[in-house]
Amino acid sequence: MEEKIIIAGFGGQGVLSLGQFIAYSAIADGKEVTWLPSYGPEMRGGTSNCSVVVSDKQVASPIVARPDCLIAMNKPSLYKFVNRVKPGGTVIVNSSLIPDKVERDDVKVVYIDAQEIALEAGNARTANIVVLGAYMGISKLFPVETVKKTIEEKFSSKPKVIPANLKAFDLGYAVASK
Amino acid sequence: MKKLMKGNEAVAEAAIRGGMRAFFGYPITPQNEIPEYLSRRLPEVGGVFIQAESEVSAINMVYGAAGSGVRAMTSSSSPGISLKQEGISYICGAELPCVIVNMVRGGPGLGGIQPAQSDYFQAVKGGGHGDYHMLVYGPHTVQEAVDLMYNAFDKADEYRLPVMILGDGMIGQIMEAVELPEMKDPATFPAKPWACDGKGVGKDRRVINSLYIEPDALEEVNHRLFDRYELLKERETMYEEYLTEDAETVIVAYGTVARIAKSAVNELRARGKKVGLFRPITLYPYPEKALNAVAKEDSVKRFVTIELSMGQMVEDVRLAVNGLKPVEFYGRTGGNVMTPDDIVSYIEKE
Repeated sequence: MEEKIIIAGFGGQGVLSLGQFIAYSAIADGKEVTWLPSYGPEMRGGTSNCSVVVSDKQVASPIVARPDCLIAMNKPSLYKFVNRVKPGGTVIVNSSLIPDKVERDDVKVVYIDAQEIALEAGNARTANIVVLGAYMGISKLFPVETVKKTIEEKFSSKPKVIPANLKAFDLGYAVASK
Repeated sequence: MKKLMKGNEAVAEAAIRGGMRAFFGYPITPQNEIPEYLSRRLPEVGGVFIQAESEVSAINMVYGAAGSGVRAMTSSSSPGISLKQEGISYICGAELPCVIVNMVRGGPGLGGIQPAQSDYFQAVKGGGHGDYHMLVYGPHTVQEAVDLMYNAFDKADEYRLPVMILGDGMIGQIMEAVELPEMKDPATFPAKPWACDGKGVGKDRRVINSLYIEPDALEEVNHRLFDRYELLKERETMYEEYLTEDAETVIVAYGTVARIAKSAVNELRARGKKVGLFRPITLYPYPEKALNAVAKEDSVKRFVTIELSMGQMVEDVRLAVNGLKPVEFYGRTGGNVMTPDDIVSYIEKE
């Protein structure tokens, strides 16, 4: 298997760390992975994105031209990448910030009100983890426990925020599994 | 246990595990995680970290530290490496070992901050003044960068010359799983009877110098340097061949472009096209004999050199192929990076 993902949004939305959670989970699950961030002036206030490739074998190109999945956290990101998604692929749209509907009928589209669900989880800053949960609910890329353990490990220096993040993950997972 | 690490940080840790105990640098994107990481990590192992006031200063600190026998390094990106060229030439002239990391960004001038390979000429053909070369590695994954860095100081000490790790912004910024090697014990490193470490007294007076006023003396130095480069060619040349056995088209690429090309080769093979990849790992010494041997294969119809530049390594490919087969060039520049699809389209265009 090889899964190519592009995650994009505003700087500050946790786009890069969302990709890192996928990457850390991949390692924990014994997969090969590359995580490649955009870097540079666009990260301040503008859009930010990262490409993640998860594979059974060593990853050759870390550059993702045609993703299996696009996670769009804001409108400019959706329009920048949506036409690149492979037919049959998945687009996850953060509907809290993107009122538009995806005008493609050859991809699976999941709209998720990440901001609202994050508040429900008890922490507005967990929107990216909501989306991580949604992505896992759709892709079933790794066992749920592996991803949750990764979340716990990565927040081990801030144990207070762990429960909200785990709840955010579960809520996102549940929405996508519907 | 494999660990997910950013290229820059992995390279920095590998340097420490390879015995590096003195780092001198000046900030520049996209390699800032190297000094950032080392500023925390070096004090833990009793090493020295100095953020110098400029690149010129940093490379001359490396010169001084290397002269005292310590394993010293610097890292920078393209414009910063240009500033270091005088110091690099002096270090070569003084026959000192050190390691220099260049996470290349687009140029010329201040250029951009995105990945590029446009410092190839500077790295392998000189860069500074005078007759000299460095041992230059072009790693294509974070693991390979770690492995090459880990042994780079051994090579630098053995041949008494600078080793350059020629990466690019992508190798610096990417995160991948790496297996980190064991820490080397500096007490086990071979002695440096030439080093100005305070032990040379009386008749054993040691001098670190790159000034030779007498032409005969300087000529002797240059011959000594080039005798070593011959040894490098014999012993240190590294390359990888990927599906070249029956290939009609052989892509030649190094560094991160090589792994993008690997994906393209896989795709083209799946479409029944006989395409392979020749990947130099040492850029100096260039694997010219091995590439020439590929060119002599009857199955090979053409070479396509792919770089993130306007065409630099392609000149070494042409020298190695020596007219036996056509050598084409495809490149992106300015910080733009080709996708596997771009390469597939180029190769299929015929």
